[in-house]
Amino acid sequence: MANEYSLENIASQVRRDIVRMVTKAASGHPGGSLSSTDVLTYLFFKQMNATPENWERNGKDQDMFFLSAGHISPVLYSVMARRGYFPVEELNTFRVFGTRLQGHPSIEKGLPGINQAAGSLGQGLSVAIGAALGKRLSNDKSMVYVLLGDGESEEGQVWEAAMAASHHKVDNLIAMTDWNHQQIDGTTENVAGLGDLKAKWEAFGWKVLEGDGHCFKSIGETFNEAVKSCGNGVPVMILWHTVMGKGVDFMEGTCKWHGKNPSQEQCDEAMKQIDETLGDF
Amino acid sequence: MKLWETFNMKKYINTGNKDTRSGFGAGLAELGRTNSKVVALTADLKGSLKMDEFAEENPDRFFECGIAEANMIGMAAGLAIDGYIPFAGSFANFVTARVMDQIRQSVCYSRTNVKIAASHAGITLGEDGATHQTLEDIGVMRMLPEMVVINPCDYNQTKAATIAAAAYYGPVYLRFGRPGVPNFTPADQKFEIGKAVKLNDGKDLTIIATGHLVWEAIQAAEVLEEAGISVDLLNIHTIKPLDEKSVIESVRKTRKVIVAEEHLIAGGLGELVAGVLARTCPAPMKFIAIDDKFGQSGKPGELMKAYGLDADHIVAAAHELLNGR
Repeated sequence: MANEYSLENIASQVRRDIVRMVTKAASGHPGGSLSSTDVLTYLFFKQMNATPENWERNGKDQDMFFLSAGHISPVLYSVMARRGYFPVEELNTFRVFGTRLQGHPSIEKGLPGINQAAGSLGQGLSVAIGAALGKRLSNDKSMVYVLLGDGESEEGQVWEAAMAASHHKVDNLIAMTDWNHQQIDGTTENVAGLGDLKAKWEAFGWKVLEGDGHCFKSIGETFNEAVKSCGNGVPVMILWHTVMGKGVDFMEGTCKWHGKNPSQEQCDEAMKQIDETLGDF
Repeated sequence: MKLWETFNMKKYINTGNKDTRSGFGAGLAELGRTNSKVVALTADLKGSLKMDEFAEENPDRFFECGIAEANMIGMAAGLAIDGYIPFAGSFANFVTARVMDQIRQSVCYSRTNVKIAASHAGITLGEDGATHQTLEDIGVMRMLPEMVVINPCDYNQTKAATIAAAAYYGPVYLRFGRPGVPNFTPADQKFEIGKAVKLNDGKDLTIIATGHLVWEAIQAAEVLEEAGISVDLLNIHTIKPLDEKSVIESVRKTRKVIVAEEHLIAGGLGELVAGVLARTCPAPMKFIAIDDKFGQSGKPGELMKAYGLDADHIVAAAHELLNGR
């Protein structure tokens, strides 16, 4: 499956899935899901040395991914389903009573591919650091990836983790920030003065890379450079420049669609803008 | 008749005061030698938690996290996902209320095999005062689904509990203290999580105690025995899951109960026992615990006395109960 379709086609279908999932569930978080779509599509289909068939929670000898910003579960579920971690039809159950696709990712009902709960923000980087240290201790050469939201970086724990990763020379970890500049109450600048993330991470001793999170060429090159930067005693952060709500014109560049579902009419309008490539769920 | 012939209560001998945190340190050091999956983390309190021996013998399995408890809990969860058995240690105050959300999501809800090692719990922390004297931690931890809550009574029991916590798969909160206290349980004891230890069979009154209050309860039971009152005495080292069967059996027999703990009444063992008894066999009850107050600076012994957490207060409560007050 990974080679049958272009990344562009997969990402297009993932965007359809996201909008249809939150419409059907009448709740959920489309904005950040759409801004992270291209990066996570690339990560799961091209970047990570991990296969659904060999997935185990302990991540042994497989690259591991932790989603710290748990509210963008629609993109994670869609990418994972399209990658083959669980049936695509299961996307129909997003947020429904009894589902494995909880509003925020959970291990409770045993969804393959999920190894940690996320939702309360700021915790995923710490967990990823622990998992990376565990791999080092076990002499497991695979990698750990983690995705944070930019607004999430206002949590103090993120900076505790930033200091710890650097201090413990965690260099089998690639952390990423979806820098879409939007959060619930407005722009990251107006809400909290997020400021120069690059300078902040560098000040904490990280190697910081930047890439265009909506251009597969840039995504690929940035990941390659990130992997090359690993193993040098320094943790790596990729700041992905992205657009909130990317792909649906009325959702782009605004905080309004952080955690709001479209009406059926709005969903239909969005569907006209995104090609169905792999077949809707 | 000689006094010792009339004295039926089992004798408990203090083999010398020792701090329970050193029991944790000894247990952790032993685990370091016997189980290569055990790792330890601390937030700048390695010495206070007696983790030095483990850290020296297993430098690659020891992680100093600095004064950043939230991150420490997350790192422990990550190590646990990989299959390690992390003990994350700090003062009880800083690894409970301060990081409750991290423990809730990254440990309990995520079912990670993390052991929270909490030292300097309770008012016996002493001179540092109320900022450091957590009296809410048992309540905070026992509210979390999946969490096992253990509060051993002396050095030997804390060492045994530490080893038992590593053998159990799942989140564990292990609470211990700062000062030297009587060490009286067997060094070779078998520690069964969730199983009460019956310290004495009696018929007039049940005393249920946990942690540092167990020794005080033994002293109180001896005084009561001399006054002709026989005490059914339980050491509850595991607060969650509570050994309800042992509690109910005892109170069905005695119909009167005192619960003694170094904690607030709110969220404590007493409330837990009261809930069980309300459903099964309601009985008159006294709480030896702190009622909705913060602590303050002082020597451990003087604070325990001032806050009503000693043998004398247990004896007084027993007489009140027996007199129907």
